[in-house]
Amino acid sequence: MTEPDPERLNVAPGAPHDSMLSETISYVVGLGLALLLTGISFWVASTSVLWGPGVATGLVVLAIAQMGVHLVFFLHITSGPDNTNNVLALAFGVLIVFLVMIGTIWIMAHMNANMAAPSDLMNLQMQR
Amino acid sequence: MFGRLTWDSIPFNQPIPLITSLIVFVVIAAVLVWITRNHWWPYLWNEYITSTDHKRIGIMYIVLALVMLVRGFADAIMMRAQQSIAIGQSQGYLPPEHYNQIFSAHGTIMIFFVAMPFVIGFMNFVVPLQLGVRDVAFPTMNNVSFWLTASGVLLTNMSLFLGEFARTGWLAFPPLSEKAFSPGVGVDYYLVALQISGVGTLLTGVNFVTTILKTRAPGMSYLRMPVFCWTALASNLLIIAAFPVLTVTLALLMLDRYLGFHFFTNDGGGNSMLYMNLIWVWGHPEVYILVLPAFGIYSEVVATFSGKPLFGYRSMVFATLGICIISFCVWLHHFFTMGAGADVNAIFGIASMIIGVPTGVKIYNWLFTMYGGRVRFNVPMYWTIGFMLTFMIGGLTGVLLAIPPVDFIVHNSLFLIAHFHQVIIGGVVFAIMAGYTYWFPKAFGFTLDERLGKAIFWCWFIGFHLAFMPLYVLGFWGATRRMQHIPDATWAPWLDVAFVGAVIIGAGIALTVVQLIYSIRTRDQRRDVTGDPWDGRTLEWLTLSPPPHYNFAVLPDVHGEEAYWTRKQTAIKQDQLIKEPDYQPIEMPVNTPTGVIVAFFASVCGFAVIWYIWWLAILGLIGAFAIFVWYAWRDEHEHIIPVEEVRANARERRRIRMEHLHKLSQST
Amino acid sequence: MTAASEAPAVGLTHQGSEDTGLGQRGPASKSIVVPYGFWLFVLSDMVLFSALFATYASLVHATDGGPTTNELFHRNLVAIETVALLVSSFVCGLAMITAKRANMLWTQIWLVVTALLGLVFLSIEIYEFASMVAEGAPPQRSAFLSAFFTLVGCHGAHVTCGLLWIGTMMAQIWAKGFQPHIMRRLLCLSVFWHALDIIWVAIFTIVYLIGTLP
Repeated sequence: MTEPDPERLNVAPGAPHDSMLSETISYVVGLGLALLLTGISFWVASTSVLWGPGVATGLVVLAIAQMGVHLVFFLHITSGPDNTNNVLALAFGVLIVFLVMIGTIWIMAHMNANMAAPSDLMNLQMQR
Repeated sequence: MFGRLTWDSIPFNQPIPLITSLIVFVVIAAVLVWITRNHWWPYLWNEYITSTDHKRIGIMYIVLALVMLVRGFADAIMMRAQQSIAIGQSQGYLPPEHYNQIFSAHGTIMIFFVAMPFVIGFMNFVVPLQLGVRDVAFPTMNNVSFWLTASGVLLTNMSLFLGEFARTGWLAFPPLSEKAFSPGVGVDYYLVALQISGVGTLLTGVNFVTTILKTRAPGMSYLRMPVFCWTALASNLLIIAAFPVLTVTLALLMLDRYLGFHFFTNDGGGNSMLYMNLIWVWGHPEVYILVLPAFGIYSEVVATFSGKPLFGYRSMVFATLGICIISFCVWLHHFFTMGAGADVNAIFGIASMIIGVPTGVKIYNWLFTMYGGRVRFNVPMYWTIGFMLTFMIGGLTGVLLAIPPVDFIVHNSLFLIAHFHQVIIGGVVFAIMAGYTYWFPKAFGFTLDERLGKAIFWCWFIGFHLAFMPLYVLGFWGATRRMQHIPDATWAPWLDVAFVGAVIIGAGIALTVVQLIYSIRTRDQRRDVTGDPWDGRTLEWLTLSPPPHYNFAVLPDVHGEEAYWTRKQTAIKQDQLIKEPDYQPIEMPVNTPTGVIVAFFASVCGFAVIWYIWWLAILGLIGAFAIFVWYAWRDEHEHIIPVEEVRANARERRRIRMEHLHKLSQST
Repeated sequence: MTAASEAPAVGLTHQGSEDTGLGQRGPASKSIVVPYGFWLFVLSDMVLFSALFATYASLVHATDGGPTTNELFHRNLVAIETVALLVSSFVCGLAMITAKRANMLWTQIWLVVTALLGLVFLSIEIYEFASMVAEGAPPQRSAFLSAFFTLVGCHGAHVTCGLLWIGTMMAQIWAKGFQPHIMRRLLCLSVFWHALDIIWVAIFTIVYLIGTLP
């Protein structure tokens, strides 16, 4: 057989595929990192030590890092050739998520800004 | 006990829905009696209803779509008639509250229950055959997807005799679609039907992306796949990306209506513009979900009937993927006039113009495929050439509309209506008719009558232009869409021409039925003996017509692009088939009633939700969950087709092909 | 993971009789195909949540004069929820490890623990929702509250489905053992459970932390 086994060219997302010890270590490290990043997030959100406007950005970065930890240590998404389809699918998903969220927020911000009356005036008129 | 369902829900005082419902009941009863008297139920149950065979499921989708085409067209001709009559003093025969339901039903049915099932049906039938495999990745889920779509069809059509349909247009914009302004069941029918069928469609998307990326014949790398499979991949990626947004948007509206939430209401801080934004985030990719496989069909047809490989395969692939991605970046062009401002409008306007470029690349590739080829003018080729002329104009008007200042003038006018009908009919419907004629022999073992096929084409082509060209003019003159009454008598002649066009299209649809019946009656004259009636280039033509349940006795080894063509030419040159392979028994998935039962419970639950019959809704949900668990508990997943049967079928196929080869070599 | 021991994809029994040049060696086996399809479904679920997030972001200030984020959210509860879900994700991973070794006892134990931690998460969430309603901040009060309850509630509904699924899998493993199709389902379940934790990271960061910044 001159070609690599197709089974090795494809790994299912989330499938553990090593020795028991290394698999367990992967999860333990993942848990540890995630707990650490979570703790830091909560601390960042409540401390006044950091520059105010930067806090939100920092929290987003920490969140992305935590998602990365989950993807790598729990879902075993790697950059190896056996994971290409999984990574491509993930990249496509991330692109769509990005377009939907950023697009909507951008558009709605502009729409709201261009509304005829300021929004609190409209709220006053709608007493419910 | 029965929620808000009462005897008053039946439209006794509205003659048109009442009489239509009676006719529909009589027809359905007649069909059921006919099936029963011919003892066809076991056959239908085993061979179609519970089938996990992608070919059978594809056929069911297409049958569903054809039936709904008649319903959607009936709505259309009623609208055209109304607009021809209701001028000046006359109010026509349809009061506004009825007319509004008709145009809403027309759009909903045509997009969700005609175009989508047709396209999905073709992808179902063709993709596994072209990939050289035996079925899709998840055959049972495929069956479930179909029946969930059928459930949506059932609920939508029930609105005809129980209650009413939405009066909001096919996208149900709030605040009109909110409880305060649409308190009846109409919008709820719409929402529930689309949610149920939307789940089915999403599952189809997952199914086909997995099939195309993970299950192909040995040797079929990505760049050896037929272009139809590439377009199917792009379309299903868009389904996975877009349908969740539709699910969310409709769910948010349902929460507003059922639980008093304030997403899109006028009060409480709601923002109806948010609905517009979200629904079009789905809505624009949706039309590309429809048109990309249509382009794929044209690619197959043009290559086959020009006797040449498709020109520019790689540019086709890149154009397809480009359209796939860009289609997710243009949605705001559906609401330029809603006030996002010049900078936002400009970005989306430019993106909307850019998306015309890869489509143009495709058109050039098709033209260059025809150039230098020996074009055979069979019916599919008629549709393809008709498409090129029609769709081009539609696309050009699209580029016009992509310019915000122009759009400000013609948004929601008849110009817009003409544009999107031009691209959908010229693009998607013509492709459906081409594919229908092209793949019919593969599905049923005989071709359709050619002369009737050409007559159908001319009816559609002439009828379409008569029906929609006047609308461009009227749009420039200020005619808005969805008008129950025409205020300006000078529009009358144009609308009359449009009505005539619609009648001619109706003749085309009627002829389609006639063609089917006639072709079945005279099928022995047009048998597809070899399985390759068009001298095809892709793997589906390797099999006999219809193919065996498992498609291929042995998965074909693919050595280059146009797997089947090269294999065929080699066989012709050497005057012999490839060496007989080693046959093995074949495992195929078993039939399953899961799909039809889940859809039954989904319909029960949906109906109950619409009519506020809460105990029944819970029962329906429990039933759906129970059947799911019951299915998960089964032990028999596959059945084995014995090697003797495989060998016998394969040898029969080889015998027929050898005969055909000998005939070919004798004639040259 | 050898090809021979895996259940083939639909109807695949023929491996290819000669060198087929560039390209795949035929359809992948079910152990590849099923989790990949589920991965795609999970990604579609991510798109679903992105639409809910986009809605929330658009409506977060539409409080209609009613309660705002600062008045309603309690970070301590959120911290407990977060740790519970995170640890349940970890424990679910352990369940996968023991399942792969066909260890009935430990797999069931880890699955129960996963479910219990998920139940802790849900209980806190239901408590939070109930107290908000009692305080006069039901989802019907304002667009912001509608968006909050829907986004967080949708995640909670997914967790609930996950718990039902865990229960079903525990029963199936008990009744049928670690057969290939059961293992595939277990793998899908663990992917689902990890994905839920990923969504929760986004929720607690954006809704609870950024939403209540001073």
